[in-house]
Amino acid sequence: MYKYDQYDQAMVSARVADFRDQTRRRLEGKMTDDQFKPLRLKNGLYLQLHAYMLRVAIPYGTLNSRQMRKLAHIARTYDRGYGHFTTRQNIQYNWIKLEDAPDILAELATVEMHAIQTSGESIRNISADQYAGAAADEIIDPRPWAEMIRQMTTFMPEFSYLPRKFKIAVIAAETDRAALRWHDCALRIVRNEAGKIGFEVFAGGGMGRTPFIAYKIRDFLPTGQILSYLQAILRVWNRNARRDNIHKQRMKILVHELGEDEFRRQVEEEFQHFLALGEDFPQAEYDRIAAYFAPPPFETGLSEEIDRSDPDFALWVDQQVAAHKAPGYAIVNISLKPIGQIPGDISAEQMELVADLAERYSFDELRATHAQNLVLPHVRKEDLHAVWTALHEAGLGEANLDLVTDIIACPGLDYCSLANARSIPVAQKIAERFADAERQKDLGELKIKISGCINACGHHHAGHIGILGVDRKGTENYQLLLGGSGDEETSQAKITGPGFDEAGIVDAVERAVERYREIREPGERFLDTYRRVGMDGFKEAIYG
Amino acid sequence: MKILTGNDLKTGQVVWWDGQGWSLHVEDAVDAGDKADAIIAREEAECRVNGAYAIDGEKTVDGVRPAHIKDRIRALGPTVRPDLTLKPADPSAGNWVI
Repeated sequence: MYKYDQYDQAMVSARVADFRDQTRRRLEGKMTDDQFKPLRLKNGLYLQLHAYMLRVAIPYGTLNSRQMRKLAHIARTYDRGYGHFTTRQNIQYNWIKLEDAPDILAELATVEMHAIQTSGESIRNISADQYAGAAADEIIDPRPWAEMIRQMTTFMPEFSYLPRKFKIAVIAAETDRAALRWHDCALRIVRNEAGKIGFEVFAGGGMGRTPFIAYKIRDFLPTGQILSYLQAILRVWNRNARRDNIHKQRMKILVHELGEDEFRRQVEEEFQHFLALGEDFPQAEYDRIAAYFAPPPFETGLSEEIDRSDPDFALWVDQQVAAHKAPGYAIVNISLKPIGQIPGDISAEQMELVADLAERYSFDELRATHAQNLVLPHVRKEDLHAVWTALHEAGLGEANLDLVTDIIACPGLDYCSLANARSIPVAQKIAERFADAERQKDLGELKIKISGCINACGHHHAGHIGILGVDRKGTENYQLLLGGSGDEETSQAKITGPGFDEAGIVDAVERAVERYREIREPGERFLDTYRRVGMDGFKEAIYG
Repeated sequence: MKILTGNDLKTGQVVWWDGQGWSLHVEDAVDAGDKADAIIAREEAECRVNGAYAIDGEKTVDGVRPAHIKDRIRALGPTVRPDLTLKPADPSAGNWVI
């Protein structure tokens, strides 16, 4: 894992001191809310429905046990005993007091964490494949580049007042576990025919009220030129974006309006200017950063056998364990979607348990996923039963990864001041409806994603089944969408037709799922069947 | 009736204008009538409230209730965590919210 150097620590500590002073002045009435709001947002502090909400950055979703224990401490000491993992691999706390916020940021700084650029018109937390450094199918660990991009984009003067937020993802595998093409800018590390490693570059993606899937604007960019190329993209957007209309400020709108080819042309032109400056990182700097992400000292000669005599354990292994690149090791996915619970929520006690497991069984590493789950990336197969037993006893042993009950849901109208409808109760009711393990397994991969408003924090555009909550004359109404995906065959979900009330949307989802079960061909997932038969194949079943 | 709500500056807690100050309980809310803007301006200037705004409310036999679902949820707490609402011991406390 990356470790702060003296400059990182000094920058973060200085920011905490600045914010402590800004908060004091606000509380003393020396600053108005209009003056203070942009300052608190730059430190991840929102004002939500019931209290202030603090969003803490987890760069590329990687954290260690010490950091997780600190997150637990903050939940217990300053919040109400829990935290909520988000769709951007971050964690947020829902019940923060303004007067405590500087102390919380100071506590985070002691474990090399912060809330900088988790809000506002900035380059947000860089997201990555949660299996980075462990996946059997990756070319190389993408996190050194994610870290270098993080360093470049933190406090960068030219990009401190962007038109809107900007989201970047980095992966290095064929399988897309990071919803790459739904990002403003996405990088996939590839190897070309000459065996060289470089980036495929995508730009112009995003969800929200105007969803776009990112275009590929570069087939192959040498890794050593990535900082110049990213700056070129940002400059073209920053210079040309519509700043007169908040709904047209995201880069996806510019890319769409200019067209893929013209946007690419402008980026390439600007890229030549940056290249000429010679500011890209030297190989030695990459090597320095990459050393922090060196593989842990994996043991050799380990057994590949897993004792599957306990059927509950075997079920969990089948669903939650993924292939690791080191023989004898496995990747463990921890579900934060127990049936009937709040997706992404985790108590302080559970955080501490997960931290203990990471320390004891996973070389002290943890990952947060954009699907609001956690990962222990490096577990010996012979330790899987012990890990499962501990998770099961803590209420974290659900075996539902990528199944119908592994639902992404934004906080919705229960917490969020932007929301129009509640998301969490819908997720809970759907999970309860499909709770039967055999039924879930029979249905196979089925990703349901729920947003409580058009901003799409719950990724409804990318759901095999998406649900969008809207306000219809003061009451909650839910639109049903089908056919979205965030994987390597990214697609945008389409609305089925008229919306439903809260009970009706659960029934409608079940009718769509049962229709799939009736018409699926052998080996087809829900999404495959939808793509084969289209909306017409489902509509009558949903609406009768 | 027009009622006023906002958040406590220090704690962020949801508060309601009760005619003298800010209460945690929506039942204490009073009709601000045509003085809403003036009250908000004065109270925000004095740092007694943050992000205040006026909403429609109605008087019921159980007390004042906000007209819109968003403010009804604000008034009690998240519907999915009754243990974190203002009345965690009362299972029927949220019956009027949705």
